[in-house]
Amino acid sequence: MKVLVPVKRVLDYNVKPRVKADGTGVDLANVKMSMNPFDEIAVEEAIRLKDKGVTEIVVVSIGEQKSQETLRTALAMGADRAILIVSEEKVEPLGVAKLLKAIVDEEKPDLVILGKQAIDDDNNQTGQMLAGLLGVGQATFASKVDLTATNVTVTREVDGGSETEELSLPAVITVDLRLNEPRYASLPNIMKAKSKPMANKTPADYGVDVTPRLTTLKVVEPPKRSGGVKVADVDELVAKLKAMGVAK
Amino acid sequence: MKTLVWVEHDGKTVKDATLAVVTAAAQLGEVHLLVAGQGVDAVAAEAAKIAGVGKVHVADDAAFAHALAENVAPLVVELMGHHDAFLAPATTHGKNIAPRVAALLDVMQISDILSVESEDTFTRPIYAGNAIATVQSKDAKKVITVRGTAFEKAATEGGSGAIEKVASTGGANADGGLSVFKGQEIAKSERPELTSAKIIVSGGRALGSSEQFHALIDPLADKLGAGVGASRAAVDAGYAPNDYQVGQTGKIVAPEVYVAVGISGAIQHLAGMKDSKTIIAINKDEDAPIFQVADLGLVGDLFKILPELTEKL
Repeated sequence: MKVLVPVKRVLDYNVKPRVKADGTGVDLANVKMSMNPFDEIAVEEAIRLKDKGVTEIVVVSIGEQKSQETLRTALAMGADRAILIVSEEKVEPLGVAKLLKAIVDEEKPDLVILGKQAIDDDNNQTGQMLAGLLGVGQATFASKVDLTATNVTVTREVDGGSETEELSLPAVITVDLRLNEPRYASLPNIMKAKSKPMANKTPADYGVDVTPRLTTLKVVEPPKRSGGVKVADVDELVAKLKAMGVAK
Repeated sequence: MKTLVWVEHDGKTVKDATLAVVTAAAQLGEVHLLVAGQGVDAVAAEAAKIAGVGKVHVADDAAFAHALAENVAPLVVELMGHHDAFLAPATTHGKNIAPRVAALLDVMQISDILSVESEDTFTRPIYAGNAIATVQSKDAKKVITVRGTAFEKAATEGGSGAIEKVASTGGANADGGLSVFKGQEIAKSERPELTSAKIIVSGGRALGSSEQFHALIDPLADKLGAGVGASRAAVDAGYAPNDYQVGQTGKIVAPEVYVAVGISGAIQHLAGMKDSKTIIAINKDEDAPIFQVADLGLVGDLFKILPELTEKL
């Protein structure tokens, strides 16, 4: 059984993003980049499924040339081979979903596992779009995955609790935070990953038009909160709460 | 512009998040609703009364009972033949359905909008709310999810929408058979729902255990009539259930008052609550980032402060 895991190179989650003064975007020059945290969870889950019949894990990333570092990380974690689709222009989720569909048509994986959202654009779209384009079942926000030869049962995190769905394969899953704890790549595995195969492609190789549909007119900082005050003790806090009408 | 709003409901009543979406949709044009589900006459009647609603499309079929995206998306696509925009709340169900609709219509979705600037221009948060982007859509049809806390809720009375059955959804076609709903586990809570609560008391890792979380946070919340939230650290440690989580990857809330107890204030947590009207922080570390956004801060040991606070309120 083959699994495809798309991964994205994003601003590291610990870095506080800085908005560029000219309002064109967030400053990504000379800042730490890493694999989108949800994608790490997706890669980890694919690896864990290896004792459930998964024989090959293909990772794919779409973005600038440096995204190969992200793919090497995934290979070092345990993925078998990688596909890099180089596009120096930003590709929107719809374009990504179309490229992924082209790869799925070629590779015929039984399962595609994605992160539920990328922490840069916070869109939460790609997996659902891919499932729609493929006409297959989708299970988003997965917190538990049970795989058999013909179907997959997924517990999903929803507002207010959880839901369980069963999909027949092939299917698309997007993963939530609590699905697993991703492993760290060991040094020997990082070395080994350097010799694993990585195909270099472009959107044109797949005949996919990735022209953006959305134009970003400007990017600004959110309104700043005015500085607050510290109270000395509980009595003062209670008095303030009462003054605000929160407590009687 | 004719807009179609997906109504989120539990089979009995319309969920609050839908009301904010109606307000956003009204800024674009004529508002039509879609109530899809099984045995949803009561929901449709309630939806028709929402102020500003023109028409309520009702699709009643077992295939729609659990809002499975595989079944709902084709239904929406069919109705989008007569609408210019599709809006859904940015809840887990809305986020599940809308992008599938967008892909089937071959348009880009605009996620989690904060405002409607014009018919094709919207603002939305990126990078965990650390930046606000203004985006313009070139697509002929718009697919949008709406952040519930960013729009006023439409009034639940005063509307007189015409209820219309969707003609072509009956029979075996509605269920594409791609997925099967197996069950759900909904956390039972007497407290206000997190995303619509006026006051929220939220606990972090400093609570130390599930027992202490409930022993300290719950009584304070009860006293204030508040919803209970948690940071990711508290949820990961098992002090609180997953759906309590407030933040970039959990729920986005904007109550009147947000009380953060033993929460340091990581970027990802702030993303979920920094639009609260008043933020109150209780933390023993006076350098904790939470104090940079808090209107009222109290530095001290929460194990002493919380019982005293609960007592004195």
